[in-house]
Amino acid sequence: MDFSNKYIVSFALAVCLGCSLVVSAFAVGLKERQEVNKKLDLQTNILVVAGLVEAGAKPTVEEVDRMFQDIETSLYDRASGALVGPAPEGYDVNALMADAKTSGKGTSTEELGVKDLARVGNLPNELLVFQVKTAGKECWVLPIWGNGLWSTLKGFLCLERDLQKIRGITFYEHGETPGLGGEVDNPNWKALWGGKAIYDEAGELRLEVTKFGKVADDRYQVDGISGATITSVAVGFFIQTWMSEAGYGPFLSANGRA
Amino acid sequence: MDSKTRKVLVDPLHINNPVTLQVLGICSALAVTTKLETSIVMSGALTFVLMGSNIVISALRNKIPGSVRIIVQLAVIASLVIVADQILKAFLYDVSKQLSVFVGLIITNCIVMGRAEAFAMANPVGKSALDGLGNSAGYSIILIIVGFFRELLGSGKILGYTVMETTNNGGWYYGNGLLVLSPGAFFLIGLIIWVQRWISPSIQEEE
Repeated sequence: MDFSNKYIVSFALAVCLGCSLVVSAFAVGLKERQEVNKKLDLQTNILVVAGLVEAGAKPTVEEVDRMFQDIETSLYDRASGALVGPAPEGYDVNALMADAKTSGKGTSTEELGVKDLARVGNLPNELLVFQVKTAGKECWVLPIWGNGLWSTLKGFLCLERDLQKIRGITFYEHGETPGLGGEVDNPNWKALWGGKAIYDEAGELRLEVTKFGKVADDRYQVDGISGATITSVAVGFFIQTWMSEAGYGPFLSANGRA
Repeated sequence: MDSKTRKVLVDPLHINNPVTLQVLGICSALAVTTKLETSIVMSGALTFVLMGSNIVISALRNKIPGSVRIIVQLAVIASLVIVADQILKAFLYDVSKQLSVFVGLIITNCIVMGRAEAFAMANPVGKSALDGLGNSAGYSIILIIVGFFRELLGSGKILGYTVMETTNNGGWYYGNGLLVLSPGAFFLIGLIIWVQRWISPSIQEEE
């Protein structure tokens, strides 16, 4: 079959137009649902790490909204180390991450001389802090992220009300090998974090993840995962960065840490 | 159903399986089969894309100018893949998180373009749809078999339900680390190819 050039060009244009119409229709039509899913997933993770919801449970949007009435979301300014008011409407932890480039001068890990073994790099100037006020379950939930073996792990760390000890940890997104590094999702491993102290009496940052079976001081050390040493030790490294002066350190100092 | 139509539908399941005989679509067969659930969802997504692209390409086959046919096929396939990805994100958020880039990579899955170019460009719509169904079923069977064994032997679970308690959780089963990693799927696919050739010696190449 012979086609004229004019036909070929118009055919190509028509195909492009048709395809883009279909794709945009689906993208726009489903966007709202996707956003709801995304937000629900994040919020569920916050509730799980705070111990308000069983791990693996799938609460509905209404249930999550109800539980979130007891959770105050504040914006934390890294430079001043203070909470600077409520989080803006439609906040997004992931958007904060993309914001890392805006990290102001004088507050990057490098400039503060903080050991950044997991190469978290620059942190955004403003972070979110979730204060859970549910009676009997009071705690703080802090977003954390950092490099594992293959991927960036994104998650939440839950600290007890006095900001001295860890209550829990969870990751809502990572690309580690299932069965090996992916075992950071294993409830048994996550349970090891509960009750670990972050600092010693002198205020030294002591929390770390050791190689499997090498825990010497179980007040501060979390046992690594056998077969996933790099991933689990890296989790310890980036949590150290987050707990340092470059991360939530000033906030912890200002809010109760001795 | 006459024997020719039957052949279109049944051949890709065994004697002309796209994965184990034509060795296409191996990338995703290695990447997403660590768990049965992701294997099943991936199979569903590929079925949607392959049938869709075969139908659209076949309907347009007399209108597509030969000089731009590959790029037209790609445009159709890419659009279908994005639609599949969007649907997964909206309705199966958890699984789509695990599949991450691999749904998007269906675009580069040779099975889809292979069937569009080799079959849909030369056959009517109904037959092309059947061909798409047959080939995606052939792909799905392999993915599901591999996913089943990798999840069972690698992590002691089936569809997330614990069958054999692993030592990590204080049980007795020591999970097979090789099957958890992609090379494990290579061994399984190799074994499937061996079994297939043993059942049907006719598909063995002549010496």
